[in-house]
Amino acid sequence: MGFFRKTTIGLLVLSLAAVLTACGNNNENGKDSSNGSGGTISISGSTSVGPLAEKIADKYKEKNENVNIEVNQIGSSAGITNATSGVSEIGMSSRDLKEEEKVGLNETIVAYDGIVVVTHPTNNVKDLTMEQVKQIFTGEVTNWKQLGGDDMEIVVVSREDGSGSRDAFQEIVGYTSGELIRNSIVASGNGNIKTTVATNKHAVGFISFEYIDDTISTLKINGVEATAENVLQQKYSLSRPFLFVHKEENLSQAGQQFIDYILSPDGQAIVSEAGAIPVN
Amino acid sequence: MPSPLSEKQIVDIGKSNKRKYILEKFSARLFLFCALLSVISLLLIIGFVFYKGAHPFIAEGYSFIDFIFGMDWVPSEGKFGIFPMIVASIFATFGALIIGVPIGLFTAIFLAEIAPKTIAKLISPAVQLLAGIPSVLYGVFGLAIIVPFLQNNLGLAKGQSLLAVIIVLAIMMLPTIVTVAETAIRAVPKTYREGSLALGASQIGTIFKVVVPAAKSGIMAAIVLGLGRAIGETMAVILVAGNSLILPTSLTDSVRPLTTNIALEMGYAFGTHQEMLFATGIVLFSFILLLNFVLAKIGSKGGK
Repeated sequence: MGFFRKTTIGLLVLSLAAVLTACGNNNENGKDSSNGSGGTISISGSTSVGPLAEKIADKYKEKNENVNIEVNQIGSSAGITNATSGVSEIGMSSRDLKEEEKVGLNETIVAYDGIVVVTHPTNNVKDLTMEQVKQIFTGEVTNWKQLGGDDMEIVVVSREDGSGSRDAFQEIVGYTSGELIRNSIVASGNGNIKTTVATNKHAVGFISFEYIDDTISTLKINGVEATAENVLQQKYSLSRPFLFVHKEENLSQAGQQFIDYILSPDGQAIVSEAGAIPVN
Repeated sequence: MPSPLSEKQIVDIGKSNKRKYILEKFSARLFLFCALLSVISLLLIIGFVFYKGAHPFIAEGYSFIDFIFGMDWVPSEGKFGIFPMIVASIFATFGALIIGVPIGLFTAIFLAEIAPKTIAKLISPAVQLLAGIPSVLYGVFGLAIIVPFLQNNLGLAKGQSLLAVIIVLAIMMLPTIVTVAETAIRAVPKTYREGSLALGASQIGTIFKVVVPAAKSGIMAAIVLGLGRAIGETMAVILVAGNSLILPTSLTDSVRPLTTNIALEMGYAFGTHQEMLFATGIVLFSFILLLNFVLAKIGSKGGK
């Protein structure tokens, strides 16, 4: 019975930890309102917005030593839920809010992001039309030969259902979760997709601009290269807004100042440094 | 010869007895509280999972039959069918048993019956250390070694497959099987072996005809415990399974077992989708309960 007992103890420890964290959060939120611009700002949500928020938070903390900013990357939907329930002061989303999520939430566009279709560096297909992207992800095209590449099977790598990147990608490309090819590999997080694609010469996936590096090869869409300028000039169509969402009554003064900072020229400079696209 | 006690001394003894009595009572209460804590958390977890998981079927009109036997899992379109995942979980677990049980059993026999003490002293701790490795490391190992190995040697487009899951799970269940089976084999009375050997049977003959049958219930328990470890494993599996939503028809198909479905989507899920993940948890829980029940049966048989 050792195994089952261990499991029970594990669960117990977990639940205790959860209770303690919950208490911790409450205390911190309490501090926020009393201390004015000091205290802890808790931010949670999209794994695409997360790295950007971390970078901005680091810079912001250098200037404001009495502010502590916690960024948790747990996915857009969870971030929105947390902002609604008050677990987090600010939620991060990498997709537009659904009608049912909009209740009582204020949205701020802090940046734009491009999504890029990526393949293994050895793959000689470098340019696809939007229609071809759709055919790949819906399984109409299953061999790179059909796209002018080598004769090898296409392995589609997708994000999990509910991911903001996946929702945005599907909406722009024009297919639904039900149409996604069934034997696609499903990986959680941008980094996971990148690793999977970087280690499999058959693979094709999609990631945020921020995650681009030389382990993968980025594809042009309709002949347009995936760059920030092309997104801002609306030439490159695979792009989406990065949102901060909050409830008016939960936003502390410190939180408001942080949002203002992101939208300031300084903040937006960090946005473009991080590989995302500034709003102005 | 004890000297007569003064009145003051008697009062003192009474006081210290009373103090002792209070301490005893307090300790007993403290231990009871600790004991209840695990029962309470178990009940809370079961209650929470069932409350959340049963909600869509009771209040939202989803059919439980469609949930269990449905072939499509498309949360954004309200399609929640977990049949391919149930099949994937069962295939992965039993596949791991086919590889893990013979290896584990032979290891246990070797350690208990054949190995010289020096070699047993080397192997035993190694096996137990294997049990202590965090499961995510098994997953990373699988992703970095097993997946590319399968991909290159079997000429597959992707190495993330049922086979990769089976191999990882087989390794993970080894320590459980070896430790429990070894204990069971060691518990067989020495007279059995001596009797068999005295009748002229060989050592291997004695092991398989006498010792193993005598340790049967303990070995069965080892297998069931290994099964429990395999079916509940998540972190290692999520990295090597590929998590595709297809009904597996071959060892090279990528699969999504029940556990990874929950772990993969829980972070992003809300509303009915989240409740359906809890419902997936109920199905998983039922498997574990069933295993526990089987284990209890084996245990009671072994006692006779």
